[in-house]
Amino acid sequence: MIWLGGVAAFWAAALALNVWLSNSAWRRTWAVRLAVPAIFGLTILVVWEGLVRGLGVPSVILPPPTAIGARIASSTSILWVDFVQTFVKGALSGYVMGCSAAVLTAIVIDRSPFLKQGLLPVGNFIAALPIIGTAPILVMWFGFDWQSKAAVVVAMVFFPVLVNTVQGLAASDPMQRDLMRTWSASYGQTLLKLRLPAAMPFIFNGLKIATTLALIGAIVAEFFGSPIRGMGFRISTEVGRLALDMVWAEIAVAALAGSAFYGLVALAERAVTFWHPSQRGE
Amino acid sequence: MRSVLPILTVVMAILALWYGAAVMLNRQWTLDQAARAGQDLTIAQIVADTMAQDRPKLPAPHQVGAELWNTTGAMVLEGRAFTRRSLIWHGWVTLSATLVGFGIGTGLGILLAVGIVHNRAMDMSVMPWAIASQTIPILAIAPMIIVVLNSVGISGLLPKAIISAYLSFFPVVVGMVAGLRSPDRMQLDLLRTYSASPSQAFWKLRWPSSMPYLFTSLKVGMAASLVGAIVGELPTGAVRGLGARLLAGSYYGQTVQIWSALFAAAILAATLVGIIGLIQRITLKRMGMAR
Repeated sequence: MIWLGGVAAFWAAALALNVWLSNSAWRRTWAVRLAVPAIFGLTILVVWEGLVRGLGVPSVILPPPTAIGARIASSTSILWVDFVQTFVKGALSGYVMGCSAAVLTAIVIDRSPFLKQGLLPVGNFIAALPIIGTAPILVMWFGFDWQSKAAVVVAMVFFPVLVNTVQGLAASDPMQRDLMRTWSASYGQTLLKLRLPAAMPFIFNGLKIATTLALIGAIVAEFFGSPIRGMGFRISTEVGRLALDMVWAEIAVAALAGSAFYGLVALAERAVTFWHPSQRGE
Repeated sequence: MRSVLPILTVVMAILALWYGAAVMLNRQWTLDQAARAGQDLTIAQIVADTMAQDRPKLPAPHQVGAELWNTTGAMVLEGRAFTRRSLIWHGWVTLSATLVGFGIGTGLGILLAVGIVHNRAMDMSVMPWAIASQTIPILAIAPMIIVVLNSVGISGLLPKAIISAYLSFFPVVVGMVAGLRSPDRMQLDLLRTYSASPSQAFWKLRWPSSMPYLFTSLKVGMAASLVGAIVGELPTGAVRGLGARLLAGSYYGQTVQIWSALFAAAILAATLVGIIGLIQRITLKRMGMAR
């Protein structure tokens, strides 16, 4: 009862604080902009903890956040091994291979309008399909280790990046291209100095979409077979043993890795496309 | 229409590549069999055999097509469309979970977006999390949801629908918030000069102008729901659904079955997204917003 009462009181207080903060005079300052979502997240954690303890929910259904935190602290070595296996070996290598292949393919396709007209609709179509379904096939072809996961990631990230890059290469205006021609710039010069830079906002859009897809691909591919390490392997086996605190710990690591990966790509985007209106800010 | 020829060319090229890859990948097995039997094969015999293996590394397109027909059309003709061997039945299991989840997810997503647009406290506290959630591999929690709900006695369609709902929820929230905010200041001010109530402003201006955003995010959400339903079928031990066919196929090395399930899923996804696209085109045309 004490837990439930405390939860209700904390929730009401946090809600009141957030409403007050977001209507206060400082609502445009960065501190408040950061504090409000942080308070909201904290409230969810506290309510979760309080409800689990107050209602006596068994930990095989939903472990409280403190138990998950303790599990993360006590099994960092396992989490690190899994992280290296799934993220660094599987997702990251596949991401690099898939994205560079897609950008290179886009540059090749771009020379032929006929191919572009044919490949764009097909690429758009394939990008909407459940490509994750190829995971069992690729696991069969490339074996259980990280190579098959990287292959799944390549298949998943290829088409979104391809479609975005092809669109991006068409983004420079005819006027700018004509200007390059008046300077008698070669194809390579036009590509490097005008069209690739102009395509960067589009390419980064594809790259950002691909970060999430890469991590999903690497984790789900492990459900179809993996060596005895890796985030997807750990999730599926620990779920089987009903050790849900470990599962939540892996999910926390995956969430953290996913946001950090996305954040890094977004930072690279800021550095590369500093000239674009969306990055200049007000 | 002028892009039909290029598209056909690309599709033909993909098919040609596929046949070539099938010959390359399956050749080794054919050669091994022949060596064991002490035969010499001509090139034509090798090629013919690579197209007709039982468990090829890469089934040829016509094998996948035949398997698809045998498990759908042929079963309908025999009147066994809803037996366990029929892909129509498995597809229906997946489709129903997808649609239920998609309905729940988009409904809640639109409601939350309306709340976010009208309430500043909600906007500031929820929106950053909704955006951040797009960078998280949410699909990783699918097995846990399935097993936990199973352990409290909920199984069948609902757990998969919850995963689908969860996956389609966030794209719809983010898209709809952008859509409901898309009217200009000027248009909102105009409504204020008419002394329109907030609900009038919502129904006459914000809601109609959010339609293009709504349909775009519905397409994303639908594709995500289908993936969610398929992945949700994996941890229950390959009982029913397209995901179960994938998993069973990978356990028993039935590559033709995997490929046919994969194509069934692809056809399902393309149909669903296509239907939304059609509704989008009709709606926007009647609203005078078609481009």
